[in-house]
Amino acid sequence: MSELLSFFEALFSPDFPFVRNAFFAGVLSSVLFGVLGSVVTVKRIAGLAGAISHAVLGGIGISLYLSATGKVPNLSPMVGAIVFALLSALIIGTVSLKSKQREDTVIQAIWAIGMSIGVLFMAKTPGYTDPSSYLFGNILLISTQDLVLLLVLDIIVILLAWYFYPQIEATSFDEEFSQVRGIPTRLVFLVILAITAVAVVLLQTFVGIVMVIAMLTLPAGTAGFGARNLVSLMIGSTLFALLFSFAGLAAGWMLDLPVGAMVVVIAGAFFLGRSAGHLVRMRRST
Amino acid sequence: MSVPIVLHFHEVSFSYPHLTVLEDVSFHVHEGEFIALVGPNGSGKTTLLKLILGLEQPKSGTIELLGQNPSKARVQIGYVPQHASYDPSFPISVLEVVKMGMVEARGRQPKERLREMALEALGQVELAALAERPYSDLSGGQRRRVLVARALASKPGLLILDEPVANMDKESEVRLYATLGKLKGNTTILIVTHDMRMVSSLTDRVFCIDAHKEGKVGRTVVQHMLQDVEGDGSKRVLHDIEIPADQCQYPREADNE
Repeated sequence: MSELLSFFEALFSPDFPFVRNAFFAGVLSSVLFGVLGSVVTVKRIAGLAGAISHAVLGGIGISLYLSATGKVPNLSPMVGAIVFALLSALIIGTVSLKSKQREDTVIQAIWAIGMSIGVLFMAKTPGYTDPSSYLFGNILLISTQDLVLLLVLDIIVILLAWYFYPQIEATSFDEEFSQVRGIPTRLVFLVILAITAVAVVLLQTFVGIVMVIAMLTLPAGTAGFGARNLVSLMIGSTLFALLFSFAGLAAGWMLDLPVGAMVVVIAGAFFLGRSAGHLVRMRRST
Repeated sequence: MSVPIVLHFHEVSFSYPHLTVLEDVSFHVHEGEFIALVGPNGSGKTTLLKLILGLEQPKSGTIELLGQNPSKARVQIGYVPQHASYDPSFPISVLEVVKMGMVEARGRQPKERLREMALEALGQVELAALAERPYSDLSGGQRRRVLVARALASKPGLLILDEPVANMDKESEVRLYATLGKLKGNTTILIVTHDMRMVSSLTDRVFCIDAHKEGKVGRTVVQHMLQDVEGDGSKRVLHDIEIPADQCQYPREADNE
């Protein structure tokens, strides 16, 4: 109990700005995880998002190498990450549209090749670089500038989701019908993929690759059991993401454990618990 | 009296790389007609459907849908797909599915008007009472009728149903045809199905994709005679009696052409 109290003291104390920043990062990223995660879930592209988020490590590795060896001084890892994210989104998106039967192989290939390139370049980067710091991130290192970036992406995603809601809902539910209604379904798919790629990059630099993919799927999966429509799924997912982030931050602080991994474990436990509850209810009703 | 033509295929051919699917296809559909388009699996039904919906372009020949190119006029089609890849975990209500029938390429329409038109379309298929229910709670037959309501919501110039009674029990089939029977005359209806022997008794004319013309590789479309089957609610397709596909029972229209 005293640990929980000390967490709340830290949250409101001016001496620990990083705890407060981590809390706000949790709030702001929850909106992205909720809205984008819902779209990723209903469009069934979680595998694609997973591949993009892991391939990003390749871009990070190359950027770190170029920067540390002085070939491109002061190159931010985020630049390489964005290039790799968009590139892998473009390749996966094109394969998914043109050759559905190869999609699975290409997704796994991009996933594995991207990560391996990252590890290779990090190995040749002067000084010590730990790939796992990019896999799990550290939410406690978030700056105020990062929070502003997150806020801007939040606003863009909310506006796009609000404006194109009928088209997103229709293409996710029935692509063929949407095409007949004149919606450019391929463009919608590629734009969703590109926005997910950019969001993945921003989010993973704050919270790590593993947490990004977990939080894009688990809150939406948990909220999906009670959602009546896509908008309620988005709101429910945002609230669950908020709950998981806050609980993970508090538990990580109290137990002195990595916050990112803590959030994933809590989210996973909730999702599995609700899935089991749903299965039991289904069994009873039949 | 001249009855306007809704859909007109004129000497249409279509091929994929290394595969000629359709050759020399000519037929037309008049306003208010109830047409069945039949063909065995793999005969090119889906290709023909894609040509009508403007999702594929013919290699040669012309297609006119409501007097325009299909890719321009297809928004006036009420399309009822098979929707075989339906995801039961998709969170959506019956009313929202029907509202989707009026979705446009961008932007959105006033909420009240959407709701009003969606409820009217649900009334046409006698499912207005289920408007607020989750779509996944419905039976397969009810879901198919909701998709018909979705197609009707935009008040289409042509209603196209792809294999409407596939995997459906007899009672749902009767209900679906009862709904279509009420629409007959006011809405032009085209049903695509793989059952070559029997079609609904509502059918005015039947087109079959089952033959090659002499010296051609791709299949073509022919018209066959129909014979009523007593008390069965269906008509038998007489495959041995062939009518030129572009011939119909509107002689004045033919004279004018």
